This record gives sequence, C-alpha cells and structure tokens, in this order.
Amino acid sequence: MSRILVCPPDFFGIEYEINPWMRLTNHVDHGRAVRQWHELIRVLEQDLGVILERMTPVPGLPDLVFTANAGIVVGRTAVVSRFRYPERQREEVHFENWFRRHGYEMMTVEAGLHFEGAGDLLGFPEYWFGGYRQRSDIRVFPILSAHFHREIIPLELVDSRFYHLDTCFCPLSGGELLYFPAAFDSYGQTAVAERVPDKLRLTVPEDEALKFACNAVCVGKHVILPAGCPTTQAWLHRRGYETHMVQLDEFMRSGGSAKCLTLALD
Amino acid sequence: MNHYQESVYLQGHIIDSLMLAKVLDLILMMGGTFDLEDVHIGKTREEPSHARIRIRTASRTLLDDILKAIQPHGASIEREADCRTDRALADGVLPDDFYATTHLPTQIRLNGRWLDVDRIEMDLAIAVNEVGSVAQAVPMGEVRREDRIVVGREGVRVIPLQRPQERDVFGFMESQVSAERPHGHIIADIATRMRQLRERHRQEQADSQVLLAGGPAIIHAGGREALTWLIEQGFIHILFCGNALAAHDMEADLFGTSLGYGLTAGRAVPHGHEHHLRTINRIRGIGSIEAAVTSGMIRQGIMAACIRQGVPVVMSGTIRDDGPLPGVITDSVLAQRAMRALIPGVGLALLVASTLHSVATGNLLPATVPTVCVDVNPSVPTKLADRGSFQAVGLVMDAASFLSELARLLGRAT
Repeated sequence: MSRILVCPPDFFGIEYEINPWMRLTNHVDHGRAVRQWHELIRVLEQDLGVILERMTPVPGLPDLVFTANAGIVVGRTAVVSRFRYPERQREEVHFENWFRRHGYEMMTVEAGLHFEGAGDLLGFPEYWFGGYRQRSDIRVFPILSAHFHREIIPLELVDSRFYHLDTCFCPLSGGELLYFPAAFDSYGQTAVAERVPDKLRLTVPEDEALKFACNAVCVGKHVILPAGCPTTQAWLHRRGYETHMVQLDEFMRSGGSAKCLTLALD
Repeated sequence: MNHYQESVYLQGHIIDSLMLAKVLDLILMMGGTFDLEDVHIGKTREEPSHARIRIRTASRTLLDDILKAIQPHGASIEREADCRTDRALADGVLPDDFYATTHLPTQIRLNGRWLDVDRIEMDLAIAVNEVGSVAQAVPMGEVRREDRIVVGREGVRVIPLQRPQERDVFGFMESQVSAERPHGHIIADIATRMRQLRERHRQEQADSQVLLAGGPAIIHAGGREALTWLIEQGFIHILFCGNALAAHDMEADLFGTSLGYGLTAGRAVPHGHEHHLRTINRIRGIGSIEAAVTSGMIRQGIMAACIRQGVPVVMSGTIRDDGPLPGVITDSVLAQRAMRALIPGVGLALLVASTLHSVATGNLLPATVPTVCVDVNPSVPTKLADRGSFQAVGLVMDAASFLSELARLLGRAT
C-alpha cells in the first residue's frame, strides 16, 4: 500500500515570485484551489487506495503545500531539502520536524549545497535521474548516490519554465517515461535516450508539457494527470495505464501540479 | 604556450550522463585545452566514476571563464596549497627536504598565485625572493645562508611540454637513437631551424641563439672548415668546448695538423705530437686567443671565426689537459657557472662529438630547447637521454659528415 505525504492548502497563495509561472498579480481563487486539492485527495484515497499523511499547514508558508520538495524518502531514511531561495528555506524546519516525529533517520547534505527533494530526484527502482542547474546542485547527487548505492544520472535543466525535474520528466511504474526533451540540453537528451528505449518514451507535446502533463502521479497502473492532456492520456491508455484527470489550474499559477503536491513515502 | 592551468575534479555518474563529455566539450569550445589525468570508470552502474582534468589556457581571464562555466556541472577546483619554503642553513647547503627540479617548465604556488620558475634546469633547487614575487632555479653551490628555498612537493607543478607547432623532427621529441635511421631529413630539419633562427637573431628576437658544444673529434674528423663557415655565416652564436678543440683548431692553422696528423696528408708527421703543445705554448706566450687572432698569429679556423664574429666561447678544462690555453676555466664549478650564464636565449643546441660537453650542456638546458646530439658512438646520445635530456634528438654519425652536410644545406659551396 502506497503512502503519500500531503499538506492542505489552507495558506496557499502567491506571495513572491521565484519561477516564471508565479506572478504576484496572478489572483489565486483560494476556494477553488481548496476544492481542486480535495478532489486530488479524493482520487488518491478513494480511486487509488493510497494512505495519506497530512502535514499541518503553516501561515506565511504558501508553498508548504508542494510536499514533493520536502526531501526524498528512501526506506526509513529521509533527506531533507535545502532550498535555493530564502522564501522556501523557511519550510525546511517544518519538513524536518515532520520526518523526525515520524521516526525517519535523517540525512542532511553538505551545508551550502542546494537540493530540492523529489522535485529534482526521481527515477526507476534501479537508477535515478537528478535535475540540476535551476534549483538543485549537481554536487548533491554523488553524495546521495554513495549513500543509497544507486546510480544517479544528472540532467541539466535548461528551460526556466521547467525549473524542477518533476515538471518535465515522469518515470512510470512499468519502466515508461513521460518527458519533454526541450527542457534538457542535448547531452541530457542523449543520456535519456540511451537509457530508456524508444518505445517506452513519450515525448509529451509542448502544449501538454506546459500544462505540466509530466507532473503526473503514478501509483501502480494508475496515473493522475492534470486536465487537458489528451495525447499523454491516450498514450498511457495504450501502455495499459488507467488515467485520472484532475483540474489543478489554480496551483499552476504557482508552477505546480499533481506531482508537486505529493511526496511518496515508501 | 598555454601557461595558465588549473586542475578540476569531476565525480559521480559522469560517463552515461555525458557529464564528462559536456565538461570537456565546454573547455574546448571556449578555447582551452585539457589533459585527462587519473580517470577511473566505475565497473558497475552503481559505482561512480571520477576524473581529474587539467585545464590549460592562454590567458588568466579565459581560465576563469572556463572554471566559472564548468563548475555548475560539478567540476570542483582541486584544493591547492601554497608551496612551503625553508631557509638555507649555510652557504652551499640546501634544507634537507629541498625540492629538486626537472628541466621542464615549472611553477610554484605562493600567496595563492602560480609563479613561473625562472632559469629552469634539472637537478637544482628553487629559491624564492623575500616578497615571494620571483622564483628561480638555483644550483646547490650558489645557495647562500638564509636563502628561501622551496621544500616538499606541495604547491609545485611541472608543465609537460606542448608539442611544438613546427611539424619537424623536434615535434616528436623522441630521443630514440639508432645508427640505422636515415639522417638526411633530420639534418634538413636542423638546417631549416637554423635558417629561421639566424633571421630571428638578426632581428634580436628572444630565444634565437644557436649553441654548439663540441669536442676535438670535429677537427680530427675534418669538420673544422664546415664549422668555421657556419660560425662566419652567423648560424652559430655560442660555443662550448674544452682545451682540446681550441688547441687542435689552432694547431691546424699553425702546423696543418690535428694532434700531429697531417690533416691533408692523413698521416703522422715527424714530431707532429708536439704541435698541439707548441700551439698552446705560443698562445700562452701572446696572452690570449683573442690576441693571437687580432695579431694575425692565428688566421683561420673555428677560434678565429668566433673572435671575429663576437661569438662567446666557454672553454672548460679537464684533468688531462695540456697547458691549458689561456681562457680555459679550470675550476669546474666556475666553468659550469659560465656556461649557465649563456643558456638564456638559446633556441637550439647542437651537441657534437663530445660525451663530456654534451652531458654537461644537456644538464643545463631546459627541456623546451630543441637539442640535437651527434656522435659516432650511439652510447653518447643514449647516455644523454638516460640522464634526463629526453628532448634531445640523437644522431649516430661522425661530426665532420654532420657539419659538412649541415653547411651544404645552409648554402656552403662544396
């Protein structure tokens, strides 16, 4: 049974600008955001049978809702994020306290290195990919690789709209990959193509990539997708996945969607 | 020359991710060059790889730009320490742990900056001035009490030779010695270099002097006229030799013999063995070789050409010398010092038919100076290479043939 960490959007809003999606002038319809979040939660719990852990929201931390950036969890070890921007660094202590209270062994990366958790580190059971340059430091990956005995292939993120790896790259449970190649440089594109066979890779069309089709949540043979991504949805069906479309456009104003709102715990 | 360099370290899964390729491409695209040092490729997917990359650039700014560009991709600058120095305890005595030089371009790190070591030469120590702004290679015997000497190996780096742009015999920098190798193209390459160097020397450009260190076999074998011609035509700018070469050269002028053998008749002449002694005696009588030439006593030959062309000659004595001639330096430390003083500015060294002077001169030459060692005995160029002068091109042939062919290629009528 999958367990996922979420944080209710009580204090979600746009209070600063740290990615190209965020505009202080963008008005978030808070009631609508809350309804969208609850629909995501319903799908996770009722349709997918996921067990959810809920963090306590904190006033003044509008992005605490994006729990994918809390850190990463591997077995009983949690690596807490070290955010690049001061606006989000204030979240670190809350994520750390949650992991600690729930009995995780804590691992911290070297001071001075940035690492934004499952936003920038995802992959398949045998090997992982690490997004760097926008938020996380490439130097974190050899440290994590040595600790967890996993190969980590660094991929440079070259388009600021896709500032975390999970905004343009989504490995699935059956070994497939949804991704938007233009978010990577040619070295990264080649590295991915050499690792994941052609037929297992879907190049998500740009309009769907910009709706964060790659910010999908995969649990077994179920995939939760942002609404309005028919090409991605059709391909997933052909690969035997059941898709669940959820409208999360209020969160897109902040540059996040389904995956950003969740953190896989085990 | 790419004099600016820095080592960076790259680790992790850098092969499959093409991270190593990316960093190397960046260095090249930006105009730097690199050497890959200490590359380890992980044997399994989990095992990380690492590589140490030495980056070289022609300017400090470019080096900084490259470092700035590759650091976000995980290349970390190796933590480098300043070199350590210690005081010489007494005149002529180095600190116990002194750094012994090679003859390759060398830099030391002081106050966080890399500094070129001046006058590099093998088997010396490195002295640093009080403010740490100048570093110079220094022979043991020249060290003075309280001199600041580099000790240990930290903060010292040796720069491998860059392949020269000229695609000639010196470009290969190999001292492979064989009597079976054809000589023609090697001598042709030397002649080309000498023609270029004469032109550069006339324009007073740096490192344009040709040094010849030779033994008396040049005279015995019949190379005297060719060498004289080369000096007169301005192809040779410094001469290192011993008592014998000078004595037999002037013996030939006075008596027509070399060590008593008639140079034209090719046989011993009566009492010929006395000729070199009488020659030395006459020069001693007149006071100097220069006086012998300017007075007209000595009219032709190598020494006369040197005096007339203003070519400096260092004559180093040995234990078996007769006389010796005035001007021969009999204190070998002083002789070494006199030779050393003429090395800066040398752009080509010809070491011809002398084990002693070839090895002694080889020891003084930086590896950056193209060097040719000519001897009928293959063991001489081999010995030179074995003693560290790996840049020397060995040529197994007799001195007269070499000098005559060289002079012919440079325009001497035959």
